[in-house]
Amino acid sequence: MEVYKLPVGKTIENSIDFFVENFSFITKSISHFTEAGIDLIVSAIMFFPPWLLILLASGATFAATRKKGYGVGIFTLAGLTLIWNMRLWEPAVSTIALVVIATLISMCIGLPLGILAALNNTFYRIVMPVLDFMQTMPAFVYLIPAIPFFGLGPVAAIFSTVIFSVPPSIRLTCLGIKQVPAELVEAADAFACTKWQKLVKLQVPIATPTIMAGLNQTIMLALSMVVIAAMIGAKGLGGEVWKAIQRLQPGKGFEAGIGIVIIAIILDRVMQQFGEKRD
Amino acid sequence: MEKIRVENLYKIFGPDPENVMEMISRGETKDRIMEQTGHGVGVVDANFHVNQGETVVIMGLSGSGKSTLIRCVNRLIDPSFGKVIVNGKDVTALSREELRQFRQEHFGMVFQNFALFPHRTVITNVEFGLEVKQMEKEQRFKAAMSAIEQVGLKGWENSYPAQLSGGMQQRVGLARALALDADIMLMDEAFSALDPLIRRDMQDELLSLQEKLKKTILFVSHDLDEAIKLGDRIILMKDGIIVQEGTAEDILTNPANDYVARFVEDVDMSKIITAENVMLKPLEVSFYETDGPKTAMRRMASTGSDYIFVKKDWKLSGVVTIDDAAKARKAGDMNLDNIIRQDHVTVSTDKPANELFELMTDKPYPIAVLDPENKFVGVITKTSLLTGLAETNQGAQ
Repeated sequence: MEVYKLPVGKTIENSIDFFVENFSFITKSISHFTEAGIDLIVSAIMFFPPWLLILLASGATFAATRKKGYGVGIFTLAGLTLIWNMRLWEPAVSTIALVVIATLISMCIGLPLGILAALNNTFYRIVMPVLDFMQTMPAFVYLIPAIPFFGLGPVAAIFSTVIFSVPPSIRLTCLGIKQVPAELVEAADAFACTKWQKLVKLQVPIATPTIMAGLNQTIMLALSMVVIAAMIGAKGLGGEVWKAIQRLQPGKGFEAGIGIVIIAIILDRVMQQFGEKRD
Repeated sequence: MEKIRVENLYKIFGPDPENVMEMISRGETKDRIMEQTGHGVGVVDANFHVNQGETVVIMGLSGSGKSTLIRCVNRLIDPSFGKVIVNGKDVTALSREELRQFRQEHFGMVFQNFALFPHRTVITNVEFGLEVKQMEKEQRFKAAMSAIEQVGLKGWENSYPAQLSGGMQQRVGLARALALDADIMLMDEAFSALDPLIRRDMQDELLSLQEKLKKTILFVSHDLDEAIKLGDRIILMKDGIIVQEGTAEDILTNPANDYVARFVEDVDMSKIITAENVMLKPLEVSFYETDGPKTAMRRMASTGSDYIFVKKDWKLSGVVTIDDAAKARKAGDMNLDNIIRQDHVTVSTDKPANELFELMTDKPYPIAVLDPENKFVGVITKTSLLTGLAETNQGAQ
């Protein structure tokens, strides 16, 4: 006797199909539009000579991390030069562009949702399990529905990257706001703040270090997902790794891998600076 | 003029206050209600008023409901039943938005743990209430600066709260409330987190500010000495109930019940306070071996007193008054032999302070205090005895 199989997959597929049929014309056009935008950004960056950008980026990181010494600035200079030397400059630029765009979108979604979750208990109870689900679901799974909506390419990659990297920014924004000491909130109330004033003048500023920690995690997750998303046509360093896998070229694979590590370290160290508490 | 009036105010924490009200009217205790229904009883049937320009201190131990009661006045906590009337307006009937505006206009608040905003400098902390009010930048800067000057923090405007000591932080807290220029100040254990010395300074500061500003102050404290010092009237609470209300004198002399009596008893610490606790260090002494009338007079002049104790062989030998010294000087005496008196009172350092009152004489010089080795270690004046008693009490609590 055959045991009845619950139509879990079928249901999901049907609903995705439904959305694809009815809405993919919107998502597809968003996709075309965004893809053109990304191409424009990347080619604009590529217009400048790499050495100039490397110097500028090193100077900027140096300035941002000055308090901690010269290490990060020097590392940026050496690391980016190595990437350039390995002939990986263009893929690196497109990876960074994807990460930046995905992170911006994640923050635009994450900040307001995090604040809402912190201030509204019902919403908190709804959103937290959803985030758990999003974070435990293997990242690869998100790649599949991205394709019918956005087609192969960077936009599908950004879409799945955002889904994968938005949870920490929601979670940590929420945590940061909830951690604002009750007595400070009470003081703000006693001094007749509106909800908005309380948010802008007290809660968000106090939560900033925690929100920044969330941003840092979001960037790291976005970077890792952008690499995986190479499978559905995101170019960049991930694409190089993917090519190397298909052609069994360990050398090439490691070169691209090292490039990713360098970018991750630079982004992480710079972001940590902004996350630190003021004394 | 009546500024604040609280009528039949109850605060019950929990989802079903009506049911609990019934239990209260049946005379159930706070603990039993908690046990049976899980509801906390904060305040029970509070009735009191505060007049314009008056300082009223709500006093009680922790858990007595005093902080809840003060928060009901500006509705940081919504009372369950009863009325709070401020400037003739029923605060409990205001909508959220009306309440916000009402707070802005009428209530400045100072908190126990200062509750300063750590990401803002002193000046922007003090400006906070005005900024919320959307006052012009320049105008609010001026108002904030004047509040900062009032509390003696000029020069610290651009520091962050974490860079200040506790006492200074609470000055910022006070300035933040003052800058608002509201007519009522709510002070919730405002000085309790400070160490005794600083606390006393702040109390004095508040008293002198109050002389100028004449605000209406509702002050919460767990310290009876603080209540006596600051309060025109005192409201004593226990288990959410007001057990006595009156002037310090009323409460000290006619405690309404055992609870108040026990509370008040603690104040009479003079039984265990000794001469050592209330004496002052002698500012200046004369030395028998070397000083003549002229030197003695000069020493008196340096401290502004009209007597001086004389030491001989490091022991206390007697006392010289300024009149005698002047005469001796005229007579051309070169030493203190003729004018030294021995009619001063001496006590040992362990003499109980309450026995000192009887020893206070009409003599123009104070009681001398000797340590067990008969060394002269201090003097006790009427003033030092009285202030010493008050202060030691504070330190002891």
